[in-house]
Amino acid sequence: MSAAFFVFAPGFWDNEAVHIALVIGAAVAIVTGVVGVFTVMRGQSFAGEALGDIGTTGGSAAALVGAGPLAGFVAVDVLAAAAMELVGVQRVRGRDLATGVVLGAAIGLAALFLYLDTTQGADGGSTVTILFGSIFAISSATIPAVVVLAVLAVAMIVLLYRPLLLATVSPEMAAARGIPVRVVGALYLLALALATALAAITIGTILSTALLIGPAATALRLTRRPWRAMFAAAGLGLAATWIGIVLAYDSYHWPPHEHGWPVSFFVVALVFGLYLLSGAVEWVRERRA
Amino acid sequence: MGEGATSGAVLSVEGLGVRIAGRQVLGGVDFAIAPGEFTGLIGSNGAGKTTLFRAILGLQGASSGRILVEGRPRTRRTDSIGYVPQKFLLDPDLPLRGRDLVGLGLDARRLGFTLNRKRRAERVEEMLAAVGAESFADTRVGKLSGGEQQRILIAHALISRPRLLLADEPLANLDLRSAQEVVALLAGICRDRGVAVLISAHEINALLPVMDRIVYLAGGRAASGTSEEVIRADVLSGLYGHHVDVIDVHGRVLIVAGAGDDADLHGCEETVEHEMPAEPAAEPARAARDEVVP
Repeated sequence: MSAAFFVFAPGFWDNEAVHIALVIGAAVAIVTGVVGVFTVMRGQSFAGEALGDIGTTGGSAAALVGAGPLAGFVAVDVLAAAAMELVGVQRVRGRDLATGVVLGAAIGLAALFLYLDTTQGADGGSTVTILFGSIFAISSATIPAVVVLAVLAVAMIVLLYRPLLLATVSPEMAAARGIPVRVVGALYLLALALATALAAITIGTILSTALLIGPAATALRLTRRPWRAMFAAAGLGLAATWIGIVLAYDSYHWPPHEHGWPVSFFVVALVFGLYLLSGAVEWVRERRA
Repeated sequence: MGEGATSGAVLSVEGLGVRIAGRQVLGGVDFAIAPGEFTGLIGSNGAGKTTLFRAILGLQGASSGRILVEGRPRTRRTDSIGYVPQKFLLDPDLPLRGRDLVGLGLDARRLGFTLNRKRRAERVEEMLAAVGAESFADTRVGKLSGGEQQRILIAHALISRPRLLLADEPLANLDLRSAQEVVALLAGICRDRGVAVLISAHEINALLPVMDRIVYLAGGRAASGTSEEVIRADVLSGLYGHHVDVIDVHGRVLIVAGAGDDADLHGCEETVEHEMPAEPAAEPARAARDEVVP
């Protein structure tokens, strides 16, 4: 009773929405952690952020036609990744430009779709759901799709691990070894699109980067090896997500009563806290060394 | 195979021409490298050294001529050539130890994870020892000094057992002592492992004692042979298209534009390089107007 009672408020373990949230949250945290390590190492945080934001267009379009948000996120993010690739995201100079151009175009569409959603849609809450996520409102029918996409994205990174790593260190050295640097980069962008789409259903399109970049950046401060960083990032993301879900469930009993706080807030706050903490750990280590 | 002088060569470049964006960067470049030979590719910045390397690596198409690797046109996935790129800044935050980068030289092309990790670790260890990098193999590569990074990059290139090692300006940005160490290391690799080495530099003197052959690039054209055959006033004058003198100062070679020939100096594409401080005697007042390879 006692301590566990206060941590896990009554009904936590029996609530189906909580079960779904824990499963989907875990799958998403693992994918974003694994993919995010390369996002940080490749300096593609802006592309990750942009793909997250662009998901808004897909989510709002899906709401207009009555489809689930995940399909919208995935479809539009994959299209956007392809567009970025074509516009030239892989040239260092053209990278931010290509990302920005595609981002601007997509968000323009999102403005229209969100307007139509709020004026014509039956569900007035869809805007907040798309932008900031609502992990407790996901139907169990979504779980298989989430798991399949998560496995796909992680499998791509595991398969491409070594060519991708060398291409990240030096595209020149990779090309000299006969690695098709452009193809590898494009496949990576696809995995990134899947990861941001998945993150969007848990904590929303705007916040999806937090889960992608935060745990990865934290992990990279703590280890000298990329694959260890991936495990660490997945673990940190998982911890932040699950603790966030518990706190959000508990917050139902906090003021204002009968209205729980959003999960996204807790997850992002925890991710940020972990990042600050890793900075302190790094600082202590360097002073000792 | 079997084309007279080039038969048995590990690399032969025949009449190579490269045009980039309408500009003829290289034209009629001819030379061959025999197995185990140490060759210096000498030329100032902009002479086309990196372009030539990129062409040899298959990353830059040729507009004329051809390149044969071990007698055959090169394929994209060759392990015959190891490559040490021009000095680039590795990100100090990159979570990669020197040892990991060397290991990638073995299997970066493969998908998935390594199964035989013990065998892999042994080869990495052996390679680290060969370049004298054991003591810093566990440090993040981005935090190593220039000379240490060079050693790691050389080990990365060599671990796949190439027949030819290309090193693009490995001495640039190194202090004199590190540069001498890298030259000694490369010469040793060449001698002990029978790996042909092609090393580019804009400074000739550090390489003079170890070079079997020299390929001198100027104005997009090349002269090749032993250093006695190439570092001569008549040969280099022909290459530059104006008169140059070759002067021996205390055992160091200086290549200077002919006196009283200012017009040609301005017409020349080459720039004056002072990467390494010359000995005081080798730096007379005329340095300001001469083209000098100190």
